[in-house]
Amino acid sequence: MQAPAHTRALIEIDKLNLYYGTFHALKNVSMEIPEKAITAFIGPSGCGKSTLLRTLNRMNDMIAGTRIEGKIAIGGADIYSKEVDVETLRKKVGMVFQQPNPFPKSIYDNVAYGPRLHGISGRKQLDEIVETSLRSAALWEEVKDYLKRSALSLSGGQQQRLCIARALAVEPDVLLMDEATSALDPISTLKIEELAQELKDRYTIVMVTHNMHQAARVSNQTVFFLNGEVVEYAETEKLFSTPRDQRTEDYISGRFG
Amino acid sequence: MSAGVQQSPRPFASSRKSGNRLKNNLFTGLVWTVGICTIIFIIGLLFLILEKGMPKLSIDFLLGLPDEIMEGGGIGPALFNSFYVLIISLVISIPLGMAAGIYLSEFAPDNKFIGFLRVCVEGLASVPSIIFGLFGIVLFVEAFDIGLTIIGGAVSLAFLNLPVLTRVTEEAIRAVPQEMKHASFALGGTHLQTIRRVLIPVALNGIITGICLVAGRAFGESAVIILTAGVTTSGVMWDFNLLSPGETLAVHLWYVQSEAIVPDAVEIAEKSAAVLVFIVLLINLLFRIPLWLNARKMR
Ligand SMILES: Nc1ncnc2c1ncn2[C@@H]1O[C@H](COP(=O)(O)OP(=O)(O)OP(=O)(O)O)[C@@H](O)[C@H]1O
Ligand SMILES: [Mg+2]
Repeated sequence: MQAPAHTRALIEIDKLNLYYGTFHALKNVSMEIPEKAITAFIGPSGCGKSTLLRTLNRMNDMIAGTRIEGKIAIGGADIYSKEVDVETLRKKVGMVFQQPNPFPKSIYDNVAYGPRLHGISGRKQLDEIVETSLRSAALWEEVKDYLKRSALSLSGGQQQRLCIARALAVEPDVLLMDEATSALDPISTLKIEELAQELKDRYTIVMVTHNMHQAARVSNQTVFFLNGEVVEYAETEKLFSTPRDQRTEDYISGRFG
Repeated sequence: MSAGVQQSPRPFASSRKSGNRLKNNLFTGLVWTVGICTIIFIIGLLFLILEKGMPKLSIDFLLGLPDEIMEGGGIGPALFNSFYVLIISLVISIPLGMAAGIYLSEFAPDNKFIGFLRVCVEGLASVPSIIFGLFGIVLFVEAFDIGLTIIGGAVSLAFLNLPVLTRVTEEAIRAVPQEMKHASFALGGTHLQTIRRVLIPVALNGIITGICLVAGRAFGESAVIILTAGVTTSGVMWDFNLLSPGETLAVHLWYVQSEAIVPDAVEIAEKSAAVLVFIVLLINLLFRIPLWLNARKMR
C-alpha cells in the first residue's frame, strides 16, 4: 500500500523540542503527518515515540516539569497556543493506550462515557452512538447482547477494541495508538491491524509500534526515531526497501534495538 | 539417547528437605488454629452480648423514657440522640473528609509542607478521642458558651472522624489505576469530570469501608459525647433541638452502669449493650448494600 501522493498533511510538526526537566527527550523534530492515512513511529525503546505521540493530544501537560519548544499544528491551528481548549483538542485527537484500560463500568457506559462528558444525554442518541462506535471497532456483533455486562469481563483483545470504540465515540479526527497491540495475542493483534486499515479511510491514524512487521504491514508512512531525533521518515515501502540512512537500515534489519 | 540420563521413577517427588515440609505444615496448622480461635472468640463475645440483652428487649424499652429512680426505664431519647448525633456528624464529616482526601490525592503539590500536613492528618487519626472531647469543651462550652449540646457533640464527633475519612479517601483515590484517569483525560474529560465519574466511583468501595468504620466508631463513642453533649437527655422523645443535651446510648450505658441508682441498672445496661452492638452491625451491613448491588452489576 502506498500513501497517495495527493493526501494533504493534517498534522505539521515544526522544530519541536521537548524537555523532561533537564532531559532533552525530543530534539528538533519536524514532520508532516498525512490526513486519512496511517503513520507509524518505530525505533528502539526510550527514543521518544510515546513522548511525541503524547504531545499531539497534550497528555504531556499532565507530566510535571515538561517544557516544549517549537510548533505543532493540526488542521492549520497551533495546538499549543493560548486559545486552545485542551479538552476540545483531546476530543478531536483520540488515544488508545498500550494496556487496554476500560473503566470498571458496563460496555455501554464505557462507550457512552465520552459523549456524556461532552453533554450528550439523550437515550436514543447515546444508543445510536454506542452502536455505530462498536460497529466501527468491529466489536458490535460480539457484544450486542451483553451491553450491560462489565467491560472487565471481555478478553484483552475485546477490551482493546472497546477502548477503540470508546475513543471513536467522541468523533475524533485523529486516532493515536501507542503500542495498542503489544499486550495482545497474535489473532487479536491481527484484528486490530485490520481494524486500523478500515478506519484509515475516515481517520488519521498515528501508531507507535515495536513490531516492524506491523509497521510494514499496515502503515502508509513510517518514521524512524533514535535518541529523540527523527532519523528518517518516508513512505513505508520506501523506508523498508531502500532506507537512506545507515542507522535505519541497521535497525530494520534487526542489527540493534 | 545418552546412557547417562537416569529415569527417575517419581519425577515430581519433592526434592525439598523434609524439614521444610514439616515447618510448612506446622506453620499452616498454627495459622489455622489461631485464626479459628480468634473467630470463635469474637463470635462468642457477640453472642454473649446479644444473648443477654436481646430476648428482654421490647418496644417500650427502645422508645420509652428513662427513669432516674424507678424500675422499668427505657432508652428512647438516648437511642434517638445516638442516631441524631451520628447523622449530623456524618453530614459534616463526610463531605469535608472526602474533599480533603481528594485535595490531597489529586491537587496538592508534592512538597514538604503537604508532606507535613499528611503526617499531621495521620497523627490526628490516632489521637485518643478524649482529646477531641476536650477540644469540644474549649470550643462549645467555653468559647461559644452554649453548654452541653447535641450540636457540640456532633461537631466534635465530626472532628474526631475527619482525619480518618481524609486518609481513607486519599488512599482509595490514590489506589485507582492511573490508566483509568488517563483514559478519561484522553477523551476530553476535565479534572472535575474525571474525579466525579471515574475516580470516586472506582474508589467508592474503599471510601464506604472507611465511612462504615467511622460510623461504627462514632455510634459507640462515649468520651467525646460525655464531655461535649453531656450525660442527660432533654427527657422527651423526638427532640430535634440542636441545643438540647445529647446523651447517646453508649453514654447511657456507661451512665447506668456506673452512676445510676435505678434497681434494674444491670438489666438496662445489658439490653443497651445488645442494642448498641446490634445497631453497629446493622450500620455496617446497610452501608454494604450499595456496594453489593454495584458489584453484582459489574460482574
Ligand atoms: N515522565 C517522564 N519523566 C522523565 N523522563 C521521561 C518521562 N517519560 C519518558 N521519559 C524519558 O524520555 C525518553 C523517551 O521516552 P518515551 O516513553 O517517549 O520512549 P518510547 O520511545 O515510547 O519507548 P518505548 O518504546 O519503551 O515505549 C526516555 O528516555 C524516557 O526515560
Ligand atoms: Mg512508549
